[in-house]
Formats: sequence, C-alpha cells, structure tokens
Amino acid sequence: MKIKNRLGSLYRMVKNPKQLIFVTIFLCLTLVQHQVNAQEYQVDPVTKSILPVNLEEVILISSYKWSLEHISHQKPLSTLDAYLESSKKLSMIKRGAYAWEPVLNDMSSERLAITIDGMRIFGACTDKMDPITSYVDVSNLSDVHIAGGQEGAVQGSTIGGAIDLRLEKSNFKPLDWNGSVETGIEANNMAQIFGGELNYSNEQFYLDTDVIYRKAENYVDGNGQEIAFSQFEKYNLSANVGYKVTDEQKLLASFIFDEARDVGYPALPMDVSLARAFIGSVSWIQTDFIGKFEQWETKLYANSITHIMDDSQRPDVPIRMDMPGWSDTYGYYSQARLNLDNHNFLVKLDGFYNRSLAEMTMYPNDPNQQEMFMLTWPDVRTLNTGLYAEDGIKLKKGTLKLTTRVAVQGFNVADSFGLNSLRIFYPEMEQRQTRFLKSIGAKYLQNFNTVEFSGGVSYGDRAPSVSEGFGFYLFNSFDNHDYIGDPDLKNEKALEAKLKLSLPLEKITFGVDANYFHTMDYIIGEVNPDLSVMTIGAEGVKVYRNLEYATLYNVALDADYKISPSFRCTGLVSYHRGTDQDNRNLPFISPLSYSGQLLYNSGKLSGTLSMRGAADQTNFNPEFGEDRTDAYTVFSLSFGKTFSINKDDVYVKAGVENVFDTFYSTYTDWNNIPRMGRNFYMTVSYAIN
Amino acid sequence: MKSIQFLSVALVLLFTFASCSDSSDDPIVIDENPLSEYTLLTKMTSNNHTIEVYSEGEQFTIGYNELFLRIKDEASGSYFSNADVSWKPMMHMTEMMHSCPASNIEKTDNASVYKGFTVFQMPGNADEYWELEMEYTVDGQTYNATERIEVKAPADDKKRVSVFMGTDDTRYILAMMPLEPEVAVNDFSAMLFKMDNMMSFPAVENYKIKIDPRMPGMGNHSSPNNEDLAFNPTNQGYDGKLSLTMTGYWKINLMLENENGEVLKGEEVTEDNESSSLFFEIEF
Repeated sequence: MKIKNRLGSLYRMVKNPKQLIFVTIFLCLTLVQHQVNAQEYQVDPVTKSILPVNLEEVILISSYKWSLEHISHQKPLSTLDAYLESSKKLSMIKRGAYAWEPVLNDMSSERLAITIDGMRIFGACTDKMDPITSYVDVSNLSDVHIAGGQEGAVQGSTIGGAIDLRLEKSNFKPLDWNGSVETGIEANNMAQIFGGELNYSNEQFYLDTDVIYRKAENYVDGNGQEIAFSQFEKYNLSANVGYKVTDEQKLLASFIFDEARDVGYPALPMDVSLARAFIGSVSWIQTDFIGKFEQWETKLYANSITHIMDDSQRPDVPIRMDMPGWSDTYGYYSQARLNLDNHNFLVKLDGFYNRSLAEMTMYPNDPNQQEMFMLTWPDVRTLNTGLYAEDGIKLKKGTLKLTTRVAVQGFNVADSFGLNSLRIFYPEMEQRQTRFLKSIGAKYLQNFNTVEFSGGVSYGDRAPSVSEGFGFYLFNSFDNHDYIGDPDLKNEKALEAKLKLSLPLEKITFGVDANYFHTMDYIIGEVNPDLSVMTIGAEGVKVYRNLEYATLYNVALDADYKISPSFRCTGLVSYHRGTDQDNRNLPFISPLSYSGQLLYNSGKLSGTLSMRGAADQTNFNPEFGEDRTDAYTVFSLSFGKTFSINKDDVYVKAGVENVFDTFYSTYTDWNNIPRMGRNFYMTVSYAIN
Repeated sequence: MKSIQFLSVALVLLFTFASCSDSSDDPIVIDENPLSEYTLLTKMTSNNHTIEVYSEGEQFTIGYNELFLRIKDEASGSYFSNADVSWKPMMHMTEMMHSCPASNIEKTDNASVYKGFTVFQMPGNADEYWELEMEYTVDGQTYNATERIEVKAPADDKKRVSVFMGTDDTRYILAMMPLEPEVAVNDFSAMLFKMDNMMSFPAVENYKIKIDPRMPGMGNHSSPNNEDLAFNPTNQGYDGKLSLTMTGYWKINLMLENENGEVLKGEEVTEDNESSSLFFEIEF
C-alpha cells in the first residue's frame, strides 16, 4: 500500500494570504499535469444520477464504478449540504456555513422523513441547528434518494416526502484492497478538507472504512465583509462490514461517528460547541423468505445524538445560556418482496423509539441569583410502529403503483418536571397520547411513444413533531418569537396530486414536474398576545396551531440539450407558491428560481459553467420574519482533469464559485445572512487501485 | 466438620443479633418524640415545666411561622395532654412594645402536641427583641412562662412578609404561606392582617391580592395562567395559583384590593414600572 499525497505541500500554503494561495494552486495544478498520463473516463454523472421511474431524484455522491470518489459533483469535496443544494428538488435553509436544513417541496424537517439507509434519526437541537444531514458526510454516502410526498411513505409518515441518505458499501464486489486520499482547500473561508478511505472487499466479505475532516474559518461575503461566527470544524469516521453467511444470506453492519466542534451560526444568537452522533446498525439480508416472498431484509439500528448549544463565544449577550439537547433513537425494519404475475409487492414492518430531551440553563448577570433552568423538550418518548405495503401492477400500457402505510404513534412525556411545565399552559394535559397515522397513494406511469408520463394522487398525515407538540419556550430568531408547543394539536393531513412529463426530442429533452398539496390542519406558530415573552428582546410568543388548511404547489420545467458529444447544456426553472386559507403567504416558499449549466466533458478533461438565481421574493410573510429578498444571479466555473500516476488515478478539480463576487442572500438564508462571496477552491483525489 | 461448626456459630450469632434488634418484644416503652422531624427552636423552663417549641424551619423567621409545642412536666418526665395554651409574642422596641399576628393554639391529633402560627413583622437586633409569652392551664391551674427568642431574617434574605400602610390609612401585614416552589402551577397562599392597635391584628376578609410573577434577571418576563389570591373563609387566608416557568429568582409583584376593588397598595408592572412596591420573592 502506498498512500502518498504528492500535494501535501499545498496545505501548508493555506495559512498564507489568499492571493498567494491561488497562485500556488494553479502552479501545483500545472505541475501535476506534466507528471501524469491521461486516462480515458466516460463520465456522464448527471444523466446517470436520474432514475426516472419512482424516485424524484437521486443525488449521486460517489461511485465505485469510477474508483474515484465524488467525481460527479462540480465541487467534489464540498459539504453534503452543497451537494444537496445543487439538486433540482432540494433547497437548504441556511443558518450559517454548516448544518443546513433540507427543504423538499417547500417543506422542511418535521414534514419530511429523513433517514440514513432507512434508519430513522432525529436531531437533538430545539432550534433545528442539527438536521440529520449534518451527521453524515460525503465520505459515507453513495447517493441520496429523494421521493416527493407520499412516495416517501416507505420511510415513514411524511407530508413533503422522504430523503434517504444511502451509505456507500463495497457490497461483495471483488475489488480486493483499495483506497483513496482526498484533499481540498477553499480560499474564501480558508477551508481545509482531508479525507481518506480504505476498503477491502471480496465475494465473501467486505470492510469499508473512511474518514473525513473539515475545518473552515469565517467566510467573506460579496462586499468583502467577514461573517463572524461562520466557522466550523468537524470530522466523521465510518465503517461498513458485510459477511456472506451463505450465498443467499448476508450479515451487514455499519457504524458512523460524527463530531462537529466550534460551529458558528452567524444567523442565530448561539453557537454549537459540540454536535456528536453515534449511528449504528446490523442487518440480515436473505434472498428467499417464507413462501413466495423474497429479498427479505431486516435491520436493527440505534443512534444517539448529543448537541451542545451555548453562547460562550459571543462577546455581548443579554444573558448567558446553555442549551444542550439529546436525541436517542432505537428502531428496526423488516421488509420482503413478493412477485406474482403482474404484481410486485413490497411489505415493510417498521418501528422506532425516540427519546428527545433538551434543557436550557440561563446564568443571571447578578451572580448571587440562582441559575434559571427549564426543560425545553420534556423528555418526550415517541414510539412508532408502522406497516407499509406497495404493489406495482404492470398493466397493458403502463404501470400502476399503489402504496399505503398505517402507523400507531405514541407520545409519553416522561419527565415530571417537564410535564408540570407544560401543564402551566395545558392543565388538563395527559402524560401519554396515541395517534393513528395513515397514508394511501396511487401513481400511474405510461410511455406514449417516447413521452414518459406519470401522475398520482395521494393522502397522508403526520403527527406533530416534538417541538410542535411539546416545545417549551423555543426561541426562533427568524421571527423573533418564543414558541410553545401544543400537545392537543391535530394531525396534519395532506391531499397531494402530482404530474410529471418527460419529452425527449432528438438532441433535447424537456421535462415538466408539478405537484400540489392541499394540507389540512397545517401546523404553524401563531401569535398569542396574552403570553409574556421569555427571551430577552423577543417580540412575542407564538403557540403552534392547526391552520384550517394551506395549499402549496411547485412547478418545475427543465431542459437538457446535447450540443455535441462533449458539450451539454441543462436548464431548470421552478415556481413555488404556498398560502393558507386566508391567502396569507406561508414562510420559506421559494420565489421563481432558475439554474443553468454548460458542461464540457472530453473524458480526461471536464469543465462546467453554471449559473443559478432567483427572482425577487414578492410572496413573503413579515409575520414570520420574512422580508422581500432581492433577485440575484451567481455564476460558477470549474475545471477537472484526471491523470494516472503509475496505476493509480488522480483527479484534480479547481473552480471559482460566485465568480463576480456578488453580494446576495436567498429566501432560505436565516435572517438574511449574506452568502459567501467569490470562492476559489481546489480538490485533489488520489485513488490507489 | 469445620464448616458445619462455623455455620452453626454464624447462625447463632445471627439469631442473637436479630433478636436484639427486634424491639417489639422489648418491655421498655420508649416515648418517641412525635416532633422528631422538626427543629427544636427553644425551651422555656419555669414552674418546673419545660415548654418545647418546634418548627419546620431552622429558626424563628420573619413572616409566617408554623410552631409546635409540647409541655413537659420535669417532675414526672411526661408531657401534659389536653392543656389549654395561649400565647402572645411581644416585640420590645427601644421606645415601645408591640405584638404580631398570631393564631390561637390548637390541639393536634397527638394530645400532647399543640400548634399555632405567628407572623413576625421584623427581626430582632442588639437593642430590640422578641419575647414569647405563654399561658397554659393544666389540671385547673394556670401557669405563665416568658422567654426571649431570636427572630431572624430568612437565610436567603427573600421577602416573604410585608408591613405597609394602605391608601385607606390602615396598616396591613401580608405574609406569604410557606411554598416549595416547582416549575409548575403552584398552589399559592398568603395571609392578610390589619393592625388595629399595637396588640390586635385581626385577619382581613374578602379582599383580593393580585399577583404578577416576574423574573427581573431575564427581561422581567412573566408567566401565564396565574390566579389572583382570593379569600378562603375556611382557612381565613387567601389562595390562588402561581405559575413558575423555570427555576431561578422570581419577584411576585402584588396589588392589594379591598372588597370594592380599590387598590390599597401596589402598582401594576409595565414597561416603565419594573416592579410593584408590594411584592414577595422566591428563589429555587
């Protein structure tokens, strides 16, 4: 094994002034270019990343096929957040440079089922500073499956859809030993990224290990202003192991450890000194099962998150506070398929048990006074058991897919301190409650000559999240209100209709994708003027309520034009709208947005010129702290080249984001924190075969 | 053999210890103190009797004190049952003397234990002190006893009693009932007395005490679903509900209203007025 990084000298340059770094980068790049021989690659990651049938989108993160990691992305070692943001379907709510919160169909965490390899996992932060996506990294993942609306019901009860972060596994491919080393630097925020993996795989056994480390300083916006508290540091270790007991039986296990420290959240009044996750699972996969059932897969999993939020780094706060949170989840699923004539069944039994606890301790400025303590999540125990079934029916001309899920979800407020706290607001509140959840959907797919059509209708509901049901004075810095949960909230229910059309012409393919959600009992915080604010400086108190209904729709048009074998051009325009029964705008609804890419790929050399932007956000809601976000357009450039050194592959990619150093923020930027200005980056991946 | 010997010795020993510790067969009746859980604050010895004064607290404290008494006959070593007991706490100031609100003394379920309460308005100091004057009748004979007591401010120095002049030119004493505060809706009570003269402090009926709990250490925020204190004829006190949304220092701002709804003392808390002149304090 010779893991040798020829560009080690690069890292030492990082500490020098920016200009020097760029010069160095390009010098190094040229240097490497001379040393190595070119090798042919047929890389067409964008088309390969789209599965047209069931899933709305698959975001490819790495592939063994090319032995090199993360080659598909414009910026290979960018954070997972950046990968997700570059997708067609997802937007990311941004509170800083780290841990962005994914939004699908204009709905975020509580309306989505976000899973890691099918495992349910819940953030431990009451202020949504640790979406699940922050506990994995690109080093762990092979791809991300996105399913909109009730198509996501396979992962759990959801309204907006499901995001499944799928772990990368060698999967008994006879690859023997292989490894890679990757590194990247970014100029704007002095980010350094080091990653590596070492895998062994044969037809009987595999073991995959990887590690990634990131450290970034404050970034600088388009006006040259440093955004204070936008630094972060994290590392992630993971291991996957698989053993074939017999040819038809496999035992798999996976483990992820993720730890972030000193994470700044410039848009929030507090930072995170520690966010740590242990995520583990064991699964059993068997080709045959009872009777005609096959492909039986059973997984047991557990994960534990610790999230320490504090304001110790902030120089000037009205009062010092600590807000630690913990979330532990234990779960399982067991699924099998059954193929009968024209029917293709999938039956899945699943369940999870989650414990969510969060505290808040405030330290009075008068040192003689006692600390102020409260439970912001009163040790809520959630027990969910669900049964999912789908049937893919082959009809004469098309395919009909029927899906359904039924689930029982119980809540238990286990801490009497927390229960008594909530009973201040709800004197009659029960300690336990049980909810029944259901989902049903139908989708039809047919090809008319070359035109692919799919359309579906579905109905589903979800229980309130821990914050919505049991949150106790959770401060939201966006609308500057304290939020109180309501244990008596009704389940949120959505009727959904969707339509998708793909029209491939000779060189150009057009696509239309539209969906509509009529959400009854939509859960949102409404001001209660009778309540006194807890947080110093807050404007008021909101209590979660069920709106009569809300409607949301999303329409996207996209085109893909193959100009020549090596040139391609893609474009996407999307429009989103969300209002309630009184025609009031819902928060965090995207304005008209667009993106385009010109891609060049000649095998060994690749390049992209990309553009993304949005129109003015005219449909905003000041009650939720929103204001009109101005239109923007930003451009990025990237160049990639593959070489081989001896028999090993090297992939170098360099680029510029926000080429014109535009000062902008988007509708997803919490408190309008400006986005990063011009950013030069470079990554080097070295694969050892 | 050795092990059997050892075992039998062990068994014998065990049995001996077990029978020793078993007191049910013990012929000597130990007169267990029914007030052993309380603190003995003072002993007043006269007439060859000793009056023992117990409290839940560690000291005589300004504000409301629930006190328990026993009278011991030093000659027989036993405690008098069914005595008629009365008391008068007396403050000896440099220029005058006054008493304080004090209940009648009642018998408890245990015939040798008596209880009552006092509301001390002020602590004693080097020149001024409290005396507890007792009068009790046993077997038809009346005795008196007087003892100087140390009344102190509470250890945490939090305000639980307020003496003030109302707008009706009457002097009132408002005392918070003992409370073990929790982050919850707490039962919250107070007692209100007016000062007719230096020696007479009758309970006041049918007034209203408005409460507004605030946390001065945290933007002076309040809490929801509090209930003002209303007169409760059964205990002659004022009962309400106090919501505390977190631990820490709370200032319970008060406004005293008479039966006509006229404010006798205290002000509303507003943006400009951080606190009422009438208040209690809680810290936990």
